[in-house]
Amino acid sequence: MTAAAGTRDEGRGGGRATTALLLAPASAFFLLLLLLPLAVVIVYSFGERAPAGGYLPAFSFDNYLNLAARGQAFLNTLTLAPLGTLLCALVAYPLAYFLAVRASPRIRTLLLVLVIVPFWASQLLRIYAWLLILGSKGIPALLSLVGIEDLLLVNTRFAVLVGMVYGYLPLMIFPIYVSLEKLDKRLLEASSDLGARPWRTFLQVTLPMSLEGVATGSLLVFILLMGEFIIPALLGGGKVFFIGNALVDLFLQSRNWPYGAAVSIALIAIMLASIVTYMRFVLGKRGQRPNAFM
Amino acid sequence: MSRNDPTISRQKFIDELMRWRRGSVTRRHFLGVTGLGLATAVMAQAVPGLKPRRALAADLGDTLNFTTWPNYFDPANLEAFTKQTGVAINVSVFGSNEEMLAKLQAGGTGWDVFVPTNYTISTYKKLDLIDPLDLKRLPNYDPSSQDQRFVKPGTIDGTVYAVPKDWGTTGYVVNTAKVKGEMTSWKQFWDRTRDDLSGRVMVHDYQLTTIGNALKYFGYSFNSIDPKELADAEKLLLDAKPHLFAINSDYQPAMRAGDAWMSVCWTGDGEQLHRDMPEMAYVIGREGGEIWTDFYAIPKSAPHKAAAYAFIDYILTPEVNAREVLAHGYPSTDARTNKLLPAKVLDDPILYPAQELLTNLEFGAAATLTDPNRAELMARFKSA
Repeated sequence: MTAAAGTRDEGRGGGRATTALLLAPASAFFLLLLLLPLAVVIVYSFGERAPAGGYLPAFSFDNYLNLAARGQAFLNTLTLAPLGTLLCALVAYPLAYFLAVRASPRIRTLLLVLVIVPFWASQLLRIYAWLLILGSKGIPALLSLVGIEDLLLVNTRFAVLVGMVYGYLPLMIFPIYVSLEKLDKRLLEASSDLGARPWRTFLQVTLPMSLEGVATGSLLVFILLMGEFIIPALLGGGKVFFIGNALVDLFLQSRNWPYGAAVSIALIAIMLASIVTYMRFVLGKRGQRPNAFM
Repeated sequence: MSRNDPTISRQKFIDELMRWRRGSVTRRHFLGVTGLGLATAVMAQAVPGLKPRRALAADLGDTLNFTTWPNYFDPANLEAFTKQTGVAINVSVFGSNEEMLAKLQAGGTGWDVFVPTNYTISTYKKLDLIDPLDLKRLPNYDPSSQDQRFVKPGTIDGTVYAVPKDWGTTGYVVNTAKVKGEMTSWKQFWDRTRDDLSGRVMVHDYQLTTIGNALKYFGYSFNSIDPKELADAEKLLLDAKPHLFAINSDYQPAMRAGDAWMSVCWTGDGEQLHRDMPEMAYVIGREGGEIWTDFYAIPKSAPHKAAAYAFIDYILTPEVNAREVLAHGYPSTDARTNKLLPAKVLDDPILYPAQELLTNLEFGAAATLTDPNRAELMARFKSA
């Protein structure tokens, strides 16, 4: 970067104009579609519900003081989203390790494609498929053959977790795969030459050096799970209620826009706080910039 | 239209005319089937009444956005409308009136025709979201042939805002192969949900029916907005929630698959389930519950109003409406339609429950739609 800038000193004025021009579309995008709507949401959150639903201008903190009425939804989201992220990481790591370290190059390409292929179908369809797999004509029907009768899998927290892990697994696999793939294999040889057993090499070399991928994948999956509402609605049967579901209902059933706006702002605040904390403690601990996202 | 009727109905005539114009049938077929053949020589230049039709058809545009409820129309009728007029129909399906209202309030729906329930129409009118209907543009709708019990909510201060689609009741459906013992009341519904049917029962994701039928457990009004009565209903709902299979207004799939054995249910879903699986029984709670009318209405913001009128007029034509009833299993409000239905349908106790069951039923009240306490209660029930 610095070398390139040095050689192009003479064109700095024009460069600045070019930079501004190139950044304009993205800036306009963020301004019009992120910052302005966010401002509207903040203004609405201090308003009042109109008698037939909707928004009436007002300045009141009632919506924020009433956040506890959605306490259970916040609690569900804040337990199941991290749990789903953890399960995703536990399932994804061995697979990513196999793909990056063990698989032969030819089969590796094939397997990577297979990981992506499900993403070609709509998420809604893939989640509906789980409705059939977990429904009484699916896995419970098979289990009844071995004498386990009337097992209910669908419309439970378990079903929601299965759906979340399934739905977001590729987003976890790829960052871990990338971090394992660029791992310098000579380090592993050195570790083994110095007498470490494979398990110790993994714990002291491979795992620490791939944590960056785990952290990136976890952050991606966590952020998306916090806003999830389709998976709990479909696989939770309307009984497992996330903040996303509470928002859908506030805007589409009770039409309490101001309260919905306050709940959204609270969700954004919780996400920001947890992401900042996460970056400080998980990424910052190893003395690195959080460059996993760049 | 009965088969031995020697004259041709107006609708059938237009059907045939359209087919001929599109080239699907020959001129000879058209003249023969319409009875115009004999008089061709005279008529050939003298059917001025047909010409405006051509102009009308050309003005309909090519799209109609139709918003309705699950399992609530005969796809063959929609296809026939498209074939006849060239207007393609986009159907969207909703699970609650509240959601329809929310979408229209937010704006930009693009809906041309939608299907609101009786208790919502006064609110739509108050919020200026629906058009008054020009009945001159609905020649196939006959107010005098309507069952007067059901049409009133569509007319406000003498102006017609909505015309009735059909009526029905809200009871519950029971899979009698799985659920033993006679079921007759809401008391039994909620008690057995928390007992031997635990994990197998569904309620609607819809405040009106779910809260309303919990209120009926205590014998309160289905429409209550009294805080003490709502508190009782909430206690029952929260107590029952761990025993529910799901909270979802689209309950046919789970009932058919055998995942759920009992569900709060509307007339036509009960009829459709019973038709395919005789072990499915439809129960109206002895304590009462809901009786309702659904209407066709046109949003103020509808982009294709000509097509909207043409569609409502088409679907309310007795011949077409009778096919609708046969498909969706909800009783019609129109005596002309009922005349075309087989006795088997008119005697069906699911469509036409015994009078002593009907007398306890209540029409939904407009207050439930906008009452913030009912909305919040539903949210607490779902998030618990």
